[in-house]
Amino acid sequence: MARAILFDSTLCVGCRACEEACAGRWKLPYGEDIAAEERISERKLTTVVTHGERYLRRLCMHCLDPTCTSVCPVGALEKTGLGPVVYHEARCMGCRYCMLACPFQVPSYTWSARLPKISKCDMCADRQIEGQPTACSDACPTGATITGEREELIGEARRRMAAKPSEYHSRIYGLREAGGTSVLMLAAVPFEELGMNGRIPEEPLPQLTWRVLAHVPDVVALGTVLLGGVYWITHRRDEVAAAESPKGGRR
Amino acid sequence: MTRVLRLSLWQWVFGLVMLAGTYATYIRVAHGLGGSTNLNDQFPWGLWIGFDVLCGVGLAAGGFTLAATVHIFNLKRFEPICRPAILTAFLGYLLVVLALLFDLGRPDRIWHPLIMWNTRSVMFEVAWCVTLYTTVLALEFLPLVLQRFGLRTPLRWMRKVLIPLVIAGVILSTLHQSSLGTLYLIVPHKLHALWYTPLLPLLFFVSAIAAGLAMTIFESWHSARAFGRQLELSLLAALARVLAVLLAFYLALRLLDLARRGALPLALEPRMESFLFGLEISLMLLPMLLLFRRQVRLNPAALYASAVMVIFGFVTHRLNVSITGMEAGSGVSYLPKWTEVAVTLAIVAMGFAIFRFAAGHLPVFEGARITTEEEDRRAAAAPGDAWTPAPAEGD
Repeated sequence: MARAILFDSTLCVGCRACEEACAGRWKLPYGEDIAAEERISERKLTTVVTHGERYLRRLCMHCLDPTCTSVCPVGALEKTGLGPVVYHEARCMGCRYCMLACPFQVPSYTWSARLPKISKCDMCADRQIEGQPTACSDACPTGATITGEREELIGEARRRMAAKPSEYHSRIYGLREAGGTSVLMLAAVPFEELGMNGRIPEEPLPQLTWRVLAHVPDVVALGTVLLGGVYWITHRRDEVAAAESPKGGRR
Repeated sequence: MTRVLRLSLWQWVFGLVMLAGTYATYIRVAHGLGGSTNLNDQFPWGLWIGFDVLCGVGLAAGGFTLAATVHIFNLKRFEPICRPAILTAFLGYLLVVLALLFDLGRPDRIWHPLIMWNTRSVMFEVAWCVTLYTTVLALEFLPLVLQRFGLRTPLRWMRKVLIPLVIAGVILSTLHQSSLGTLYLIVPHKLHALWYTPLLPLLFFVSAIAAGLAMTIFESWHSARAFGRQLELSLLAALARVLAVLLAFYLALRLLDLARRGALPLALEPRMESFLFGLEISLMLLPMLLLFRRQVRLNPAALYASAVMVIFGFVTHRLNVSITGMEAGSGVSYLPKWTEVAVTLAIVAMGFAIFRFAAGHLPVFEGARITTEEEDRRAAAAPGDAWTPAPAEGD
């Protein structure tokens, strides 16, 4: 029942209809100058990036176990059951740890706003609830971006790769990266050549901090016993010294 | 005459720093983070987190270290330097919170983690620990105020809860000092291999204790000069001995870890990272070698210089983790804007000024311990018992 997006770079012609549809949904201004900025920012939540003849989309990957939701101290980011990772602006205090931690460098900040906030793609969470495809999928004229069930889209990706093995690099980006994402990508060349980070571990990143955080109760329990014990021992010496001293004075 | 001139020079510097800081604060408020920092989407954490928070918290670690030394390990001879350490720590944490107000996009929501929980978040744990520990420090600091105003009854109550407070303080400090390192465990894809290691929490914890001890030496030296007091040299020399061992342990951990991960050859690449890594290690190694020498420990100037080196080495490590090591992985380079530097300098200057004021008006350096009436009588009956000069440093 988890929704996902499949982006097929080999079908993308770089028309940027997805960018325009996304801007329309978020009521952001869109024009040639913004289209030319090939970087996710507060001005555009998705972008097409040109690599010679090839195009790759950048947008929030909507990780299955998102780093951003794990690091946020106030729970302002939430992975919904349907798939989208959504942002609750009212909780956010602007620590920007999500931006630092995101393995795909996705969340942007409204740096100059008086009351700044995070901005990022929410996979059209409201449209997903109604069973509709995302605005970008809707707008795509070539079918390069489609919305569907994650399992079905993985099947579709594999069918495409099997049908035309010479046209695809043999990897579905997002299948395992950072523990898997709700945005899946296909391309003709290795994704590193299209600007994607190749150093992202397959283990969900939240595990890295959880392994340490899980020991907090141990530190509290063992620390209390140990320090209390040391106090008891070191001050026992004082008690003995006091009892043995004829004056009975404390050090 | 020269002394008067020097003082007024420092007052000038202080005035200018505060003026610049005030103007930078205005820019921060009026033009937001965008107008007051060089931060951007690729590089969201800069000097204010790297120095003000990561270094500020670490440099304040002398508070819990000395509180544990004196009250838990019962090494009462260190009591004369325990109070200044607690004052430094309390001030340090207040200034860290002040710096956070600058760095947070919505400082009006700084309290949110107390109400809106996410127990999987390291930052959430740090927020709670810092809040609780600042409260603990306020309570550990309170007796100085109570004593100053002769409030004996609450002083007696405070003494009853002192030990649980100290234990809580040590545990909270252990947790969040290491958690500041844990914060960076989540960025294996960004942080340079010279700094990214699963040992970050341990390295941050050990280096914080070392920096806390160095700060204690640093502030004792300065306050001895400022207030014309005798320097507690035997105590500081004993601290310096512990500091040398801690530095050795830290460096062994650091280098073993780098070797195990095969990251040492990276230090030889002709890059900015290698140079700053070398600087960081040198600023830990050199004072360690110096402090292993008895002549250095018992020479106030050499001891002070070593402590300053440790502080700089510690700061270099934290800035390397938070800035140097993050640049390549983020694909950008970052240099703080003048406003960021101005705010940071103003906060440091405030720390010095408030410490000086508090030390001048509260019983920070008086006597050995916070006494109750009963103990005062006992001390009066047996003069010289309240503060025994420590035996000469040695075995």
